[in-house]
Formats: sequence, structure tokens, C-alpha cells
Amino acid sequence: MDVRSGVLAGDTRSIARAISWVENDDPRAAELIRGIYPSTGRAYIVGLTGSPGVGKSTLVSRMAALMATGKRKVGVLAVDPTSPFSGGAILGDRVRMFDVALSPNVYIRSMGTRGSLGGISRATRMASRVLDAAGFDWILVETVGAGQSEVDVHDVAYTTVVVMAPGMGDEIQAMKAGIMEIGDVFVVNKADRDGADRTAAQVASIVQLSDEREWHPPVLKVSAELNQGIERVIDAIEQHKSYLEQSGKLAEAKASMARRDVLEILRARLSEDLRHELDQPALQEKLDEVANRQSDPYTLVDTVFEQYWRKT
Amino acid sequence: MYDKETIGKLKAAKAVWQERVDKIPAGKSSKSYSDRATTSGIDVGLVYTPEDVADMDYMRDLGLPGEYPYTRGYQATMYRGRLWTMRQYAGFATVEESNKRYKYLLSQGQTGLSIAFDLPTQLGLDADHPLAEGEVGKVGVSVSSLADLEVLFDGIPLDQVSTSMTINAPAAVLLAMYIALARRRGISPDKLDGTIQNDILKEYSSRGTYIYPPAPSMRITNDIFAYCSQEVPNWNTISISGYHMREAGCTAVQEVAFTLADGIAYVDAAIKAGLDVDSFAARLSFFFNAHNNLLEEVAKFRAARRMWAHIMKERFHAQNPKSMMLRFHTQTAGCTLTSQQPDNNIVRVTLQALAAVLGGTQSLHTNSRDEALSLPTEDSVRIALRTQQIIGFESGVTDTVDPLAGSFYIEAMTNRIEEEAWKYITKIDELGGAVKAIENGFIQQEIQKASYQYQLEIESGKRVIVGVNRFQVDEKPARNLMRIDSALYEKRRGELAAMKAGRDGAKVQAALTQLKQTAEGTANLMPAIIEAVDAYATLGEVCDVLRSVFGEYESDASF
Amino acid sequence: MEHKIRVLVAKPGLDGHDRGAKVLARAFMEAGMEVIYTGIRRTPEQIAEVARQEDVDVVALSCLSGAHNTLFPKVVDLLREKGMGDVLVVGGGVIPDEDVPFLKAHGIEEVFGPGTPLATSVDYIRTHVSREA
Repeated sequence: MDVRSGVLAGDTRSIARAISWVENDDPRAAELIRGIYPSTGRAYIVGLTGSPGVGKSTLVSRMAALMATGKRKVGVLAVDPTSPFSGGAILGDRVRMFDVALSPNVYIRSMGTRGSLGGISRATRMASRVLDAAGFDWILVETVGAGQSEVDVHDVAYTTVVVMAPGMGDEIQAMKAGIMEIGDVFVVNKADRDGADRTAAQVASIVQLSDEREWHPPVLKVSAELNQGIERVIDAIEQHKSYLEQSGKLAEAKASMARRDVLEILRARLSEDLRHELDQPALQEKLDEVANRQSDPYTLVDTVFEQYWRKT
Repeated sequence: MYDKETIGKLKAAKAVWQERVDKIPAGKSSKSYSDRATTSGIDVGLVYTPEDVADMDYMRDLGLPGEYPYTRGYQATMYRGRLWTMRQYAGFATVEESNKRYKYLLSQGQTGLSIAFDLPTQLGLDADHPLAEGEVGKVGVSVSSLADLEVLFDGIPLDQVSTSMTINAPAAVLLAMYIALARRRGISPDKLDGTIQNDILKEYSSRGTYIYPPAPSMRITNDIFAYCSQEVPNWNTISISGYHMREAGCTAVQEVAFTLADGIAYVDAAIKAGLDVDSFAARLSFFFNAHNNLLEEVAKFRAARRMWAHIMKERFHAQNPKSMMLRFHTQTAGCTLTSQQPDNNIVRVTLQALAAVLGGTQSLHTNSRDEALSLPTEDSVRIALRTQQIIGFESGVTDTVDPLAGSFYIEAMTNRIEEEAWKYITKIDELGGAVKAIENGFIQQEIQKASYQYQLEIESGKRVIVGVNRFQVDEKPARNLMRIDSALYEKRRGELAAMKAGRDGAKVQAALTQLKQTAEGTANLMPAIIEAVDAYATLGEVCDVLRSVFGEYESDASF
Repeated sequence: MEHKIRVLVAKPGLDGHDRGAKVLARAFMEAGMEVIYTGIRRTPEQIAEVARQEDVDVVALSCLSGAHNTLFPKVVDLLREKGMGDVLVVGGGVIPDEDVPFLKAHGIEEVFGPGTPLATSVDYIRTHVSREA
């Protein structure tokens, strides 16, 4: 079975291989995406973000277990930071998701950020398309959650869930630009611990203050470890989904998503091509001129562009 | 301990001396003389003098043996009165073979038993459980019911031999079986002398044989404390362990700190459950590692004794002196033994055992030379036992108590270890105690950091492991290793089936139902467990009832 | 194209000793590989399924309890069943030399015993990983 047919048939091995291709920028990836893109657009994508240690992975695992009932399939993309020094990564989310490891309707893939500065990797986007084409109903994208970059998840998901935990400095975290605006559902995990109520109340008040949207993000207290309250999170997501559908915003979001799919690939390709241009030996002299302050970056860029457009 | 004038003169003399020393060129060895540190990161000076211990007060910091703060030993006469218990951890394959090994060891002069159980047993799984395949009898003896224990201790007088059982999550069940067995032999439980390891906190942080989550596990522990304080008063209800954390790669300082922090957590939990500290604290015991750096290890044991005495007196307001005494078992460091040139391990174990003895251990297990490859053969374990006997009877170190006391280096190092360990304990207190520190991965991460650091030092050659990164030889593969037959799984399955067929099924069911109700309530679990195992309920059956009520712990493998 | 070596560090069976597995995982990461660690007490079924979903290049099995002869071949068999026969499977832990031929005959390509330098394992993987078609 070739990979493309395998993906469309929902074959795990093919899905896994396809995601590797898009991650690795394999020459076969473009052809694959061409072949499967028409079958995408159906899956509902949920992004989950939050600081390390709040229990995102355990929560995602519990959610997947609940969502994957009947004939529904759930795909999980769990992103962890790639070391900027070694280029390697410990992809540590999977270890908390073993309760669903053998569930037939759940697929989990661990991904490194691989140089991407945000909370997700460049390949997350196309990996979601692969899962979409393979017939997954839900796609849960779990981000690194390491600070300001958490807002990136908003670009790859329709519903963004912000996960917090008591006593993790979340009150301060919440004030960081963007977080309170991108969250559609707020979850205070580890609700069995001291301070959970306080954290939830604080989040609720901040959300109210900064919120001018039609959709009022709920603040939910759950305990992923004890498997309590998970169904309420799923309900909240379903409600947000309905809101987006009924208000026409989902259609907008899907169009936006497609546009960004194009932009990302465009950006990547141009970036690669232009870098290639710059690396031409003929330009080395010009680069030296910039380094010696005999020229400046803008001048050189004009030159490069001129050359590039002339070529193409 | 020294007056200001003496110290003043010494300081001046040392300054002059130091100038001379600084002019000595660095030698041919890989390090200059000026940088040495223990794996705990404590700098080791070139020489130690009274200056390094000038602020010490003999009675306050050391005292006499058997008196607070017990730095020099928990008991006044120590080895001159009675040698430490020579207690070799043993057990493998079947109860019949293990029984033979125990008798062999006792005949060779061992003075206490230490039972090693296989992984299925340690995890509360019967030998016929699907997960037990390939594991039955491999790292210890397979015990699934009282019937097995009867054979394990056949011909061994329970009222004359002290038995230590390395069992944690299902400790209550094995203890119950032991009590039931004693009763059947007409021995009343108050005559029983022994230990159950029963330290679940270190399972979560470094050993991995946990079953239930922390809260119900603490309840089981408290029930054991309470039950034994009444019914089995000579039993050590817990062996709070640092050995395994050290094996997982932590430093000597961390070993002391994390172990005592766990101890604090257990005492806290028991007091919260309504127990009076003096009703159980005297029966708490500890279990440490004896690692390579001989002198650091001796200092470590002394620091631990002094710290625990302070903790029990000042933090927990114990009144009974016995509650303040840190008594411990030691095992030489398995992780330091190599598969290359295995006979070298005999030398390593000797030095480590010496450290434990000079550190005042109450009980000692010495590893065998084939440790890195397999369970010990009879020959290997005999040499390990002889090592203890030679130290005890031939070396003279047992003639006086705490012989290294007063050494400038030893006292300075004891102080330093204590100082560093308190920092960790304070940090753990700030995190909310050992249970919280484990829940958020602090302890695990510290252990891993230290372990990775140690490995990097070996890889770079900074730390020499003889035979591994220096002084290697071309070796033939090791021969004559102990092997456990994997067909044991099938054999045990048959035995269990036969045992179940022969027991009173109704009685077992009734007992298990009663156990479930007790677990759901708050009454002490021990009587119900004893009742069940006495009716030949299996380990797995009892543990499954508890699983159904308490749930199972899911590790989150913090990295 | 940027192919990173993906390694699954796995602990099959009941053995809870993870010091070596974690040190190796870290060493692989420092060598530029993407490492997924299973945690302890995993079954061969779980390990093989995770290997498949994660499309790993290497499965590194660690066992110190003596159950390797039973468990390691099981993992290899399951990997083959799932169409992952080209995955490099290596093992480590407390494994006597005399068991190595048996393991190799059952698909474990190399066994790294106690004291093996980290660099040896890392280099072996780098040179023996098969680039898939």
C-alpha cells in the first residue's frame, strides 16, 4: 500500500510515515499533501496550551479516551521543545498517555519544535492535515507551553484550551499578553489541590475584564489525574464549536486556516530559495561589503530580490 | 574544641606552609593537587587540621555513644557488645531453593535473614498473572500465598531468627502471612523480630515497585505502624531507604537528605493519623548505601544519625530517647560493581563494607562479585559473607566504638554533609514535604541530574572505573553464572491452581469481602488481611481487592 | 531534508530500574536525536504500537530483571507483524554474554551490557539506522 492510499484508508503505519515526511521536509511530502488535501477540512482541531507541569498531557490523554467512543477517532499531536544546541529532543508527553496507548481509535504523535520558536512546530500544521485526511474526527494539539509562544496554537486550532494549575504562578502567567485573549476554554487542573478555587476565581475575573467577545470562555476545575470533570471540558469545547458553526465563524476560521497553510509553505519555500540565493559565491563579495560597512543590508536585499525575480 | 590561641598559631603556620605548597608543580597525575571534590560536590582540602573543627563542641556535636545526639553510635557498646547482623539479601526461583540457600547462609555464620522477592510478588501479582511471564523467580523468590511462605521458612525458627523482608507496596500482606505462619507454629507475634521495608515514597521516586497512589499507601503504612505497636512490638515496621536513590545516581548528601525527608513525611503522616510519636518512632529503621568514597560514606552515616536525633527531638518533640535513635541496615553499592574483571568487585565490596562498619551500621549486606551479571552463585555469596566476617573478626576495627571520631577530616566532612543535607531538607519543606516534592518531580530530577553528571565524568575519564575506563583487559565472557529457568512460570501456575483447589473457597471469599469493606472504611487493615491470607487467599487476590478500592498509581516519569 | 533519528527507549516487563534508560535517553538527545521514553512497566504490545505510531527508527529495550529472553523477542515479533521490520532494535541491561547470541538470533541487533560507554551506543545507532525507502 502506498503511503497516500494508506493515509486515506486510515492505516496507522502510513499516517506515521506521512507525518515523518512532512516533518523531515522529505521530497515526497509535497506530492503526498497534494494527494490528500482535497480530503481535509472535516476534522475539528483543538489546541491545548499552558505552562509546563500543569498536567496538559494527562488531561489530553483523558480527553482522548472519552472522545474516542463509538466510531470517533482522535488524533493527538504532542509538541516538545527541541534543544537549540544539540538539535535533539526528549519528547516527554507520550509517557503520560499510556492509558490510551492501545486504544484503536486514538493516534498519538510526539513532535519536536525543530527550530520553530513558537509552541508548535512547522510540521504541526501539515501533520494535522494528514490526520484530517485519515478520517480523524478530533485533533488535539498539545503545545510546549513555554511562555509567550503559547499564542501560536491559536493559528492551528479552532478552539484553544488554556490549562492552568493552582500555585504555579499562573496568576502572573495569565497577565501575559495574548493568553487571556486567545483562550476559548480555561481549565484549572489539579482541582484537588489547595488554591484551585482561588486560581479559578482569579482567572474568571481576568477573563471577564478583558473580554469583549460574544463567546464567554468558561473556567472549569478538573482533576486529570483523578479523571474528574473531563466530560465538562469536552462539553465546553463542543459548545464553542457550535457557537462557531452557528455564527459562521467556523467557516471563516477554516478559510483562514487554509490561507495560512499556503502562507506557511510560501514563507518556507521563499525563505529557502532566498537563502540559497544569498549563499551564491557571487554574492559573497557583497556580503563582505555589508560586514565592512561599505554597504548596508537593505541595498543587498534589493540586489538579491532583483536577481531572484529575474531568474524566475 | 581548641582554644583561640592554638588556632591562631596554627593559622599562621598553615599560611606559611601553603605558600610552600603552592610552589610545588602539579604532578603527573591527571589533576593538579588543588581540585578534588566528592560526588556530592563537597570540596576536599589537601589537609585537615584543628582549624577545620575549631567551632565544634564535643558534647553538643558528638556526645558519647548511645547518648544524644548519637553521632558516635546509637548504642553504647556497639560492636564490642555485639557485631552487626550479617544479613545477606537472598532469594530466587522457588521457595524450596531459597529455603536451601537460607539454611546454607545460616550455617555459614549469617546472623539474620533477608528475603528477596521476585518482581511479580513485589508488585502484588500472583505467579500466574500474564505480566509475570518471564519474571517469575528471576530477581527473588516467588511467593503467592501462605502455602509458599510455609515452605520458604521450613525448618527455620521464627522466634530465633530475625527476618527482613524487602517488600513495599504489598508489605502488609507479606507481614500478615508471616504473622499467620508464626501463629500456626504456636509462636506469638510479640516474639517476632524482623523488618519490612515498607517504604513507598522511595518507590515513587527511584525504585518503581509501587501499586497504589500515595494517600492510600500512607494509610496502609499507618495501619501497619499502629497494629505492630500493639501486636508485634519487636518488629521494625519500616526501613526508610536511601539505598535505592543512591543506586539511581544521587549523591551522598542527597541520599541523606531525601531519606530523612521521607522519614519526616512518614512521621508527619502517622502523627496526623492520630498516633503518638513515641508509640511508633522507636521502630522506624533506615537503609543506606555504602558507596565508593570510604571516608565520605563514614561521615555520611554519622551526619545522618545526628540529624535524625535533632529532627525527632526538636521537630517532633519525641520524649523517648529510643525515638531519636537512627538505626540502619546497609548494603554495599551494587551500581559500582562491574561486569568487567568481576573479581575486582570483591575488593570494592570490602572497602564499602568497611565504610559501613566504621560508620556504625546495625546490619549489613555485602554484594557478591557477579552482581553486575546475575544473581549470586553459592561460592560468590559465601565470599561476600566472609568479607564481613574477616572485617568483624580479624581487622580490629570493632574493638572500639566510632574509631574515626576526632579525625579532623571525618568531623569536618560530617559537618559539611549535614550542612548541605539541611539545605535540601529545607527546600523540600518549602515545597510542602517529600510527598509534594515527589509529585512535582523535584527529587527525581535531582537524582537524574546527579546520575547524568556522574556518567559524563566516567565518559570523560575524569572519574576512573578500574577495568572499565582504565586498566581494561581483553576478557572472555563470564562463565558459571546463576540462571533461573523460565519454565518456572508454568510450574508455578500449576502449583497455584492446586493450592486454590485445596482451600476453602467460601472462607476466602468471605474474608476478601470483609477486607473490601475495611478498605472502604477507616478501620485498621491488618486484621482483615491476616484473616484473608490465613484462609489461603493469594497475594494477588488481596492486592486486587485493595486495587479496586484505592486505584493504581500512574507514574509520570519526570525527566 | 532533515531526517532526525527517532528513538524509542522502552522498559518492557516489571523492572523498575530506569537510571540507565534515562541516562541513555539524555545522551541520545544530546546527540541530536528525538527520544521518546515509555516509562516503566510496559508490555511488548504497548511498545510495538507506540513504535508504529511514532515511526521510530530505533527501539532501545532496557531490562534488568532477567526477563529479556522472554520479552525482547516478543517486541521484535510484534514490530514485524506491524510492518516495522526495518526498525533497528537494540537492548541493554543485566544481560549475560551467553544470552547475546540468542537475542541476536531473535532480531536484537546489538546488546549493550553494563559499562558500555554512551558514545558506543550513540555511534552504533548512527551507523546502523536504516534509512527507509
